[in-house]
Amino acid sequence: MVGVKKTEKIVINKKGRLKRTIFSIIALIIGVIFVFPIYILALSSFKTQKGLLSNIVGFPDSTTFSPKNYVEAFNKLKYLQSFCNSLYISVCSVILILLISTMAAWVLVRYKTKVSKAIFVVFALFMLVPFQCVMVPLLVVAKNMNLLNPVGLIFMYMGFGASMSILMIHGFIKNVPEELEEAAVIDGCNVVQLFFLIVVPLLRVILITVAILNIMWIWNDYLLPSIVINKAGWQTLPLMTYSFFGSYSTRWDLASAALIMCITPIVIFYLFSQKYIVNGMTDGAIK
Amino acid sequence: MKRSKVRFWLFLAPALISFTIICVIPMIVGFYYAFTNWDGVDMNPTVVGFDNFTRMFSTDSDFLRALLFTSLVAVVTIILVNAVGLLLAIFVTQKFKGANLLRSVLFMPNLIGGLLLGFTWNFIFTSVFSSIGTALNLDFLKGWLSNTETGFMGLIILNVWQMSGYMMIIYIAQLQHIPASVKEAAKIDGANWWQTFRSVTFPLVMPAFTIGLFLTIANSFKMFDQNLALTKGGPYRSTEMLALNIYNSAFAANQYGYAQAKAIIFLIVVAGIGLIQLVVTKKKEVEM
Repeated sequence: MVGVKKTEKIVINKKGRLKRTIFSIIALIIGVIFVFPIYILALSSFKTQKGLLSNIVGFPDSTTFSPKNYVEAFNKLKYLQSFCNSLYISVCSVILILLISTMAAWVLVRYKTKVSKAIFVVFALFMLVPFQCVMVPLLVVAKNMNLLNPVGLIFMYMGFGASMSILMIHGFIKNVPEELEEAAVIDGCNVVQLFFLIVVPLLRVILITVAILNIMWIWNDYLLPSIVINKAGWQTLPLMTYSFFGSYSTRWDLASAALIMCITPIVIFYLFSQKYIVNGMTDGAIK
Repeated sequence: MKRSKVRFWLFLAPALISFTIICVIPMIVGFYYAFTNWDGVDMNPTVVGFDNFTRMFSTDSDFLRALLFTSLVAVVTIILVNAVGLLLAIFVTQKFKGANLLRSVLFMPNLIGGLLLGFTWNFIFTSVFSSIGTALNLDFLKGWLSNTETGFMGLIILNVWQMSGYMMIIYIAQLQHIPASVKEAAKIDGANWWQTFRSVTFPLVMPAFTIGLFLTIANSFKMFDQNLALTKGGPYRSTEMLALNIYNSAFAANQYGYAQAKAIIFLIVVAGIGLIQLVVTKKKEVEM
């Protein structure tokens, strides 16, 4: 009896191992297909223009190897400046969006008046409005208010980001019991202390999610900055990438290096915060 | 607890003010512009009633084509992205070496901005495809993005590559809610892989479909960056999608009033889809 069981187990194990090996091979094939465009792009970024024409899929050899593509693309993109512009605008916008949205969402949950409910519905409904709908009139408003500059852009992101962020934080605060806040008030907390020391720490999970959803969107955004701050010195990475392609659309040796330099920061960010990004995007979709 | 009205408005003010200036006022102004012939220069445009709306549906063949093209891209994208996403989700939730790594790799394209993706695929389709086509004498790999058909296929390939990893993650979340005992029961009853998939996995994944479908519809309809970077709407505006069509009306043709009218139609389409989603999702929740 025991012997039979043992052989059965071995057979199953063998079958399982074979299945797993086949799965791993299929996984490798799928992975290669998905990575292929980026891989080719990375290879090309190290080749001379001639090397691209003669052999696009192979590794560069000594005559076609050209790491100075990166130097040239770096200069043409004004990489350091555009990177810092992008970082400055994304980070400032996200911090401010988080602050104003948490403040708003908190009182919108805790004050159960009709006005409060109506305001929340307006915020939520705006999620449905595509950007093109306000694009032209926003430009007029912005021109009149002197908002066509980086600070104005950050202010615009606050307005556009508030809607989704309030909706998500609102949903989270609803499930946070109010007793804790009441106890803090009895202990003598004032409003500012109550908000920053009691409410905000409880919202850590949702705030990370909202921050990630906003930063991915703002960092990659092209259209809004293109109509608001498309001036030398203010340009973000997406803006510089676009104008770069206007002038060098046939120079794929430089263009591929430029693309790799723009993709790399996103990949690094992903590697470090993968868990939060994946959770955030899933929650964001479901809510 | 005693609550002051002052506190309510003070905490609400920053969000409310920025939101009003950036979203609400332009929205209201926009409704007015949609009924004018404003060109962006003349500060006192003439009100032309519904002229903009009749024009776009009667004489503007570019707009109608963009509407049709967008719908076509959306439908094909929705089917492919969700099918691929679900298959990938089922695949990576099996036990094998490298499953987690594969999951990470598949999700990544979704984070790279549409502009970068568009340019990357532009390179693949125009340079890499034609090189391989010339080397191996394969004619169908040559001349990509130079006609409507390859422009369309290019957009679809880009969409599938970008979005199926995202859908995969959403379906994984749902798959993990299916108790292992249900599948084991099916196995004991003698169900094979396909029967288990069709009668157990698929129905239990259905709730996630609503989210997956509407996310892909909304993304496809609003698509702008990818369209701009991959084909720029060309050749001859034949692969121009709605968002790009509106953008060109405003900034290439300087027909601000007309562009705004198109944007209102765009809003009705996108918001309509979103509202249907809300209703359907709410209904599903009640049933469950």
